[in-house]
Amino acid sequence: MIHPALFYSFSALTLLGALGAVAARHPMRAVLSLTVSLFGLSGLFVGLGAHFVAVIQILLYAGAILILFLFVVMLVESPETERMNIRNIWVKLLGIGFGAVLLRILWRVIGAGGEPPIAPHAVEGTVEAVGRELLTTYALPFEAASILLLVGIVGAIVLAKRKVT
Amino acid sequence: MEIGLNHLLGVSALLLIIGLMGVICRRNIIMILLGLEIMLAAGNLAFVAFARANGNLAGQIMVFFVMIVAAAEVTVGLAIAVVLARKIRSVNADEMRQLKW
Repeated sequence: MIHPALFYSFSALTLLGALGAVAARHPMRAVLSLTVSLFGLSGLFVGLGAHFVAVIQILLYAGAILILFLFVVMLVESPETERMNIRNIWVKLLGIGFGAVLLRILWRVIGAGGEPPIAPHAVEGTVEAVGRELLTTYALPFEAASILLLVGIVGAIVLAKRKVT
Repeated sequence: MEIGLNHLLGVSALLLIIGLMGVICRRNIIMILLGLEIMLAAGNLAFVAFARANGNLAGQIMVFFVMIVAAAEVTVGLAIAVVLARKIRSVNADEMRQLKW
């Protein structure tokens, strides 16, 4: 299992990055902060033996999706001073409700007596192992995912292109 | 102290709540999509933790599919944000009150 020092440092990186992303005033800073968070998450994945997922996380999220976010942030002019939506009474009630749920979960996690059993043999998520599973057992969802991506590409182009006059 | 499944699920729950805070409290559509990404990442962490605990690869395969769906969702969502910025000159979710223009 992952070493405690590594676990706590990568967890702190992930959570602080995510908090920075949510709290940042300007979207550009938020996106860059989310990049830090995703790198921390990738470290956690490596510690859990999910090497392929960790690499895909960096390549796909930090490399592709966040670049897309950056492009849109630069295309769209955002208001510099966006205020958080915390004056609304419903937002306050929702926040209190979700906070209570979170505290309940964390209390259960910390107060649980015995750790749930972890499988003794670590399954390494190497490219070979994951690829073999993906193209044999999960071949149909894999193909369906490619159709979904195609639909996404076509939808984005149809939505965002300007009319040629 | 050994790190177990509970620790990972605790981090995942915290990450989910942070993302939810972003979705609820922000008004900019781009920031709302960013919060959704954080929530999906929290789900991914829980999947990988359970895959490690059960000793098989099913959870990691599921993370792969979650990432694909997230990529498609964010592509279409950001295209909609660009169109909104062009049409009503704003990405503030509170100003979107009309179904057609």
